[in-house]
Amino acid sequence: MAARPIKFYQVGSFAVGNRLLGPELRSVQADPNRSNAITKGHRACQGCGEALGARYALDAAMRATDGRLIAANATGCLEVFSTPYPESSWQMPWLHSLFGNAPAVATGIAAALKAKGRTDVRVVGQGGDGGTVDIGLACLSGMFERNDDVLYVCYDNEAYMNTGVQRSGSTPPAARTMTTQAVGDEPGNVFGQGKSLPLIAMAHEIPYVATATVADLRDVEAKVERAMQLRGARYLHILVTCPLGWSCQASDSVKVARLAKETGLFPVFEAEHGAVSAVSKIRRRRGVEEYLRLQGRYRHLFEPQRREDVLARIQAIADRNIARFRLCDPDGFSRQDFPANAGLAREGAPREGA
Amino acid sequence: MTPRDGRINPGRYRDVGPKQLEGSQAVARAVARCRPEVIPAYPISPQTHIVEALSAMVKAGEVGSCEFVNVESEYAAMSVAIGASATGARTYTATASQGLLYMAEALYNASGLGLPIVMTLANRAIGAPINIWNDHSDSMSQRDSGWIQLYVESNQEAADTHVLAFRLAEELSLPVMVCMDGFVLTHAYERVDVPSSEQVERFLPAYEPRQVLDPDEPVSIGAMVGPEAFMEVKYLAHVQQMQALDLIPALTEELAGVLGRAQGGLVREYESAGAETIVVALGSVLGTIEDAVDELRARGVSVGAVGIKAFRPFPLQELRAALAGAKRIVVLEKALALGIGGIVAQNVRIAIAGSGAHVYTAIAGLGGRPITKASLCRLLDDAAAERLQAMTFLDLDRGLVERELERTRAKRRSGPHAENMLRDIGVVAAGPV
Repeated sequence: MAARPIKFYQVGSFAVGNRLLGPELRSVQADPNRSNAITKGHRACQGCGEALGARYALDAAMRATDGRLIAANATGCLEVFSTPYPESSWQMPWLHSLFGNAPAVATGIAAALKAKGRTDVRVVGQGGDGGTVDIGLACLSGMFERNDDVLYVCYDNEAYMNTGVQRSGSTPPAARTMTTQAVGDEPGNVFGQGKSLPLIAMAHEIPYVATATVADLRDVEAKVERAMQLRGARYLHILVTCPLGWSCQASDSVKVARLAKETGLFPVFEAEHGAVSAVSKIRRRRGVEEYLRLQGRYRHLFEPQRREDVLARIQAIADRNIARFRLCDPDGFSRQDFPANAGLAREGAPREGA
Repeated sequence: MTPRDGRINPGRYRDVGPKQLEGSQAVARAVARCRPEVIPAYPISPQTHIVEALSAMVKAGEVGSCEFVNVESEYAAMSVAIGASATGARTYTATASQGLLYMAEALYNASGLGLPIVMTLANRAIGAPINIWNDHSDSMSQRDSGWIQLYVESNQEAADTHVLAFRLAEELSLPVMVCMDGFVLTHAYERVDVPSSEQVERFLPAYEPRQVLDPDEPVSIGAMVGPEAFMEVKYLAHVQQMQALDLIPALTEELAGVLGRAQGGLVREYESAGAETIVVALGSVLGTIEDAVDELRARGVSVGAVGIKAFRPFPLQELRAALAGAKRIVVLEKALALGIGGIVAQNVRIAIAGSGAHVYTAIAGLGGRPITKASLCRLLDDAAAERLQAMTFLDLDRGLVERELERTRAKRRSGPHAENMLRDIGVVAAGPV
């Protein structure tokens, strides 16, 4: 069933696993019999958003498939911290091949299952933003355009964290990384670069594209569940806080992710067959400064002197997202005149799931 | 038979018995009869006819339950193969040249994970300069990638060796590369008796994977291994590959029993017993070499030939035995290791260490340069007369090289070599202006 966002105003957020809910509405994590696809004992950093996102995404996928799931994992933090030899955190069939080929490996798994008539077993591919938007993009695009029966999940922490925080194609403007240092006239990552993989995925007109953050884990679960109801290529892009790379408090991991959404810097939406079909509204709009202030990777915007010019440019990005995705529009939207859908191909029937 | 338009006639492919066939078609049919379950494919000459034919047979439903996946690169082709093989599917693909290099990272991964993928390599030169014709620089570049490498001499051997390759790969849980000379074999029409489905069934049992991604028995594959065990894992991979030195002869004999003809093996000797000079080579050039040996022997020159069929693992003992007693060994190679010379020769030297024989390296046929019988006879005459230099380049146009070297000495900005030399050939060929 489609999950209903339930507001728990007493905690000021969309909280998880609340025991006030009926069992059928509770988080997968509230179930003592959940799969624990990625179990305790792994070596992720304190406050790691990727570990949190992967746990919720995979347990939801395991529930949706009744435990009939195989994962292909790209090289990266998730792979390294989950499988230090001779230990493995994976309580599911799991294959790590290379950095840039996880989508193609997932395709191969799906092809083998199809050849063997194993329609009961489903496939998840997963990686970080480097493995997805940069080095794995060709394999991912190929998997999308063939509409292979794979859910690919990108855990986006906006840089190459496993190698020590270097810029990726997903690093936001002005952010400091080890290769976009906070020095010079324009400190941090440059403006006007980077890419939105959800929009690139939509351009393939695949059955389902969605974004989410680790601040709303019920939303992650609902989107995984929705994705597993469909066949064909599906893409879920989860913003995952990296306290190490973002220089924020581990205890602020969820708060920072929530602010990414509530400022409009990270639009949370769903798209079907290339058109946006739903957006998560901003509940309490915040200025970008509140988000940036919590992260050392933006410290150079506030000291030694305040960079009003740069802050204004970042705010403009948030404002544009809010307008484009109607993130604050209380009246919802109609698909036809939804600004983000403008210019999308309209010809032909939407692609069916495989 | 293949119609003139190049498309295969699916209804006829089951036909048994010898047929006039293009090498690629013969290989495609042999592979189809091995019942692969997943075939990721990416086009690159001169391998393309093989996967074209397989795509038609899969689509016509003649390969059983098989997924043919049109991927976006060779890197993806090998990656899809990795995923499919790890899920317990018999997996096949084909590539050549730049394609092999583009999948290099995944090649090492497939062998490191111990996945029994079978791949045809239609041997082709590596650029720059870009060149689509045959030599062995592609497969030689990946000789240490952990794949078993088998080199075939004829299209009959190519067809039969693919059947053997699947069995070998699956028994050892290691990937096997069947190297066949691009164009020389892939595009050559000759009489080939493709192993029938019944014969293949007798020789090749259903694939029983050693490791498989299965929700009923979940395993993690591809974990990070640190210094505490990495050497042991790699040593084990070496030990596993070395087992092929026993298995290949055994399987070759078994397959010969099924097919009624012997192909492949580790090494093949031709008039080499007691010969003073022995040529060592790989692949289709062995046919021409054998003709040259016949001619020289008719003139009373003591020469013979030894073909290396399995280059990885390298059959040190078998080669040592085959070369025992030779005074001179001429290693004819279709690849050049820049900065040192021969690749096969280095391996041969290890095999014959201490025997006292002289090893000569002859680089030949790079980028499709024809290796003629006349040139081979000249080479072997020179070797027999001990006129040969330790390292030679068969039919090298030294004048062309010297003219370009002169240009680079005369002028700092002398321009791109290849284009200068092509222009030079045109001018020289046109005669005095």
